[in-house]
Amino acid sequence: MNMTIPMDNVIALLPEMIIAAFACLVLMFDLMLPQGRKNPLAWFSLAGVALAAFATFRLTHQHISAFADTFQVDPFSNFFKLLFYLIVALVILMSRAYLQQDRIHIGEYYHFILLVLTGMMIMVSATDLMTVYMGLELVSVTLYIMAAMKRYESRSTEAGLKYFVLGSFSSAVLLYGMSLIYGVTGTTNLAAIGAFLGDGVPNSAATVGLIMMVVGLAFKVAAAPFHMWAPDVYEGSPTPITAFMSVAPKAAAFAVILRVMLEAFGGMKSDWEAIFTVIAVLTMAVGAVLALVQTSLKRMLAYSSIGHAGYALIGVVVGDALGTFSVMYYLVIYAVMNLGAFAIIIMLRNQGLMGEELDDLKGLSRTHPWAALFMLVFMFSLAGIPPTAGFIAKFYIFMAAINAGYILLAIAGALLAAVSAYYYIRVIVVMYMQEPETDHVLTAPAGLRLALVFSLLFVIGLGVFPDPLADFAQQAILSF
Amino acid sequence: MIPLSSYVILSAVLFFIGVVGVLMRRSIIVVLLSIELMLNAVNINFVAFSHYLESITGQVFVFFTLTVAAAEVAVGLALLIAIYRNRQTVNVEELDMMKW
Repeated sequence: MNMTIPMDNVIALLPEMIIAAFACLVLMFDLMLPQGRKNPLAWFSLAGVALAAFATFRLTHQHISAFADTFQVDPFSNFFKLLFYLIVALVILMSRAYLQQDRIHIGEYYHFILLVLTGMMIMVSATDLMTVYMGLELVSVTLYIMAAMKRYESRSTEAGLKYFVLGSFSSAVLLYGMSLIYGVTGTTNLAAIGAFLGDGVPNSAATVGLIMMVVGLAFKVAAAPFHMWAPDVYEGSPTPITAFMSVAPKAAAFAVILRVMLEAFGGMKSDWEAIFTVIAVLTMAVGAVLALVQTSLKRMLAYSSIGHAGYALIGVVVGDALGTFSVMYYLVIYAVMNLGAFAIIIMLRNQGLMGEELDDLKGLSRTHPWAALFMLVFMFSLAGIPPTAGFIAKFYIFMAAINAGYILLAIAGALLAAVSAYYYIRVIVVMYMQEPETDHVLTAPAGLRLALVFSLLFVIGLGVFPDPLADFAQQAILSF
Repeated sequence: MIPLSSYVILSAVLFFIGVVGVLMRRSIIVVLLSIELMLNAVNINFVAFSHYLESITGQVFVFFTLTVAAAEVAVGLALLIAIYRNRQTVNVEELDMMKW
């Protein structure tokens, strides 16, 4: 039997291999560097990301199917991979000071971030249920550990354990759905499943399998009513890790939802459309209403992140070219503006102050006008107020919905967006209208400043000139 | 010859027991075991389908699932130990530091 691997496969997998190799090397170099002088690890990880980004650039417009059609390089997956590189680079830049302050093991931190990155890249390239599952688990299992990285702190380990129990529960549900789909169709390849199911064969086992897969994936993007884990996990995890997992794995899970639903279950759209509509509306409502009563800034942003998943789900419900495009655009914008907001929270963290409560922001505009101004822009963007990118992102989502005739869904989204604007503006009120209680001592090393300035320029730049990213996303939408 | 439906029903029952275990039991160790039960229910499904469909894919999938389940349980137990060191308890109901 001929067991050589064709060169094509290696080229297709090159970015993943680079990241995985760097993840292992980081762990090795960590042992060589003396305690307290681990900074080179951050630059080394960034170099790995840059190298992988270069490899992905070379593959940008190619279509390669590798490893017996289980893995595919196409513009869609490359779009998401480039987004992940951007997110990981920003997170690495903004987390250094926090890691030192909170005594998080630095080598392991970068190792795990790169491992999650590998998993996410496999997820977005997966064209087989098997690879989808493997990528998803690599991401999830690594994130369970990351959530509990402050081993000595009760809250962090509790977050890790809650994430673990609910995450593996949802993986099992997803997997059971996959096994039913395999039983019905006799294949795990997405395209083959799509061909077999055709235009929606009335088959109860397939429907049950589909529903269980939807439930499992809804857990992963923290969509209501499967969102219960998210606020606890986001609040308890160390802040840079919260920032990371509120954007990157969510984007990867959305990529999987898009590919699985459109490629494998495109013929059964009438079945999943209703489910996703209900989930989307519930998710937006939960995100908008429950965030209003939060006193913890991190918990509020957790509910905000749930709400944003709801808007992206509208694009999934629409499901045509414009819908797919709007989801992809939304995820990019959401990722950068959310990271920006979290960067401010990371900055507030110093020896005396956790900086995670809403009250900790009191009077920030007096003590640090620049930081307050940055936060203001990110809050405006999260609320979707022009001229920020958050507005454009919501605009495309609602446009896609109206274009395809989902008028009520668009109206529900717009109303709930107005409700959620209230709590973003509350943050601004606390910063600008209240007297400072402490003089905030900001920890802002150069890397974090760089990440902040980049996010700000990105959010405002795309708010004023949305076209470049829109063109890029247009070229990358799934084509069948 | 045992019909396919027996396997599917067995798997569904096991899966249901696992779900109930995760939702109802108090000890995290039992919750971990219940999750394992759910994953193994899936494995029975895959192997049964693989046999009756005469396709090898299901069995390959089982190998992946087994490996991932082992990794998952290792991480789960590590988290369990970490939380026991901080709190001296493995009862789910006592893990309520964060609530809205």
